[in-house]
Amino acid sequence: MSKMTLQDLRNLRDAKRQDVRARDSAGKSIRIIVGMGTCGIAAGAKETLNAIVDAVAAKNLADVLVRQTGCMGLCHSEPTVEVIQPGMPTVIYGCVNAAQAVQIVEQHVIGKRLLDSLICDRPAADIVH
Amino acid sequence: MHATLCDYIADVVHNAVEAGATSVDLDIHASPVWMEVTVSDNGKGMDAERLRQARDPFFSEAGKHDRRRVGLGIPLLCQAAEATGGAVDIRSEAGRGTTVTFRFAAAHVDAPPLGDLPGTLVTLMALPGDYELTVRRRTPVGDFAVARHALQETLGDLTEALNLALARQYLAALEQDAV
Repeated sequence: MSKMTLQDLRNLRDAKRQDVRARDSAGKSIRIIVGMGTCGIAAGAKETLNAIVDAVAAKNLADVLVRQTGCMGLCHSEPTVEVIQPGMPTVIYGCVNAAQAVQIVEQHVIGKRLLDSLICDRPAADIVH
Repeated sequence: MHATLCDYIADVVHNAVEAGATSVDLDIHASPVWMEVTVSDNGKGMDAERLRQARDPFFSEAGKHDRRRVGLGIPLLCQAAEATGGAVDIRSEAGRGTTVTFRFAAAHVDAPPLGDLPGTLVTLMALPGDYELTVRRRTPVGDFAVARHALQETLGDLTEALNLALARQYLAALEQDAV
């Protein structure tokens, strides 16, 4: 792959987009939020984010938004992944590596089962939003 | 600890976006002697006193972590750059913006590797908020430029996993041609 242009990128996107009537952001009901503050990045959150992005793209989950956030005050448990999903409790998973990130997508998002051993906490109280 | 140049780049760009910048320019320039990075923003800037405090490892701006006793990003960057004979230059004007330039001697034994630039750039493009990020990458072999608004126009919402994966693919292709 060389000299990829923006038009090439647009074509690639159109080719990959199998669901022609994919909903826009407003219609997506599932949010996966990865902590990408410097604490998260130092703990490997980039690999975690990549694993989630690849898993969601590979399984063609059109209803999922992947967002980054800054530090949530849970620096001791980075990388953190929050999953907001209708019908499931909102949870923050802590110490999530790439393999566990894939498990979250498969077990929590698709299988609708919590990964109890990975659950961490709510954002720390001293973080000002 | 930061293991790669990309970690330092991410730190400084995060600072720029968190300073409320609507426009951030990131220039990554590799020459045979230096690896030089410039991050220029139009955020809230710093007055002389705040500029002095920025290099203080025991200073952290209020608001994000009110009980934090350290602010290590810039001091550690200074230490790492100076260990290779490089330097960190920060110019700022309150209300107008800040420009941070840092360089490492590329061949020095203590110089960090570049790291995963495409992956880092994708995360910098996908931060929450409305800001323009223009990246310019220059090497002896080639160069490329990419802008956040262009990626958003081409791909759509950058919080969609498919778009993030495609953006990373695009940036990896550009980087491959430049090295």
